[in-house]
Amino acid sequence: MGLFAELRDSISRVSASLFADDSEPKRIGIYGPPNAGKTTLANRIARDWTGDAVGPESHIPHETRRARRKENVEIKRDGKTVNIDIVDTPGVTTKVDYSEFLEHDMEKDEAVRRSREATEGVAEAMHWLREDVDGVIYVLDSTEDPFTQVNTMLIGIIESRDLPVLILANKTDLEGANIQRVSNAFPQHETIPLSALEGENMDEVYEKIAEYFG
Amino acid sequence: MPETTSDDGPGDGVQIDLISAERMSGKTSMEKIRMILDGVRDGKIVVLESGLTPDEESKLIEVTMSEINPDGFSGIEIESFPQSEANDTGLLGRLMGKQSTSKLTVVGPANQIQSLHKDETLISALVSRK
Repeated sequence: MGLFAELRDSISRVSASLFADDSEPKRIGIYGPPNAGKTTLANRIARDWTGDAVGPESHIPHETRRARRKENVEIKRDGKTVNIDIVDTPGVTTKVDYSEFLEHDMEKDEAVRRSREATEGVAEAMHWLREDVDGVIYVLDSTEDPFTQVNTMLIGIIESRDLPVLILANKTDLEGANIQRVSNAFPQHETIPLSALEGENMDEVYEKIAEYFG
Repeated sequence: MPETTSDDGPGDGVQIDLISAERMSGKTSMEKIRMILDGVRDGKIVVLESGLTPDEESKLIEVTMSEINPDGFSGIEIESFPQSEANDTGLLGRLMGKQSTSKLTVVGPANQIQSLHKDETLISALVSRK
């Protein structure tokens, strides 16, 4: 993109923000690798503030194979109300092998169908990231190594688009959780520990959502 | 041309393509992605001297996903050295349309790369034959 195209985009962004309706909810994408607990977090937020869930949770990778949106989630913090749409996205990866699903007691036909849906879901998640989200909650399993190429690439993509990003170190209820390792992986960003499953430290998560996306 | 019959013929080996920054510089994003994926789908390890921009990496993931099929291509393994801060594209560079690219990047077929590890100064790939 050249100077004039960049300037034109900057002007349109500024004018859009000047004339934007403040009540318009911001679309916040929940991203991260498979099995980081993205849907568990999306459900926790949605249940806390709307009473409904977003989608089914599972220990099988790629349970979420379509981006799912929960609209108009109003989060109240310090007398301020933040209105967001939560977009729960499929876990991002660079490879999907149907044989991995066979390990979860699936027939081949079901495994192939699931892997095909998973690839479509990852492509859809990338498209949302480039076109349709206003901010990102990046969820990592704090028992896993965060220094992966997919994490590095995704954080790089998010930064290159100047999107606000909140990094969450999830699954702190599990033995082996290492919050410091997550902080060290992305020192340019604040890392908030939590257990979405147990609801631990959700107050701080909501404070940060209000601060970053309000 | 006589057919190769040796057991050590090209079909048994692993080809590594080292692609210079110069060769990539005139290409559009899709041409770069096509070059990488065509090579990887042929079972090659592709090493890029200059890597991809974040936007190109995002499209690489998207196109890779669209090409995965159950009994053939299962995706890619990729590793790259991070961009050093000294070479980071500043505001002026971004205004002029420059996006920072990663440094050296290694891409290979997921079903052949048994492990791909990196630290700050070394990328190590263990590759199996087809």
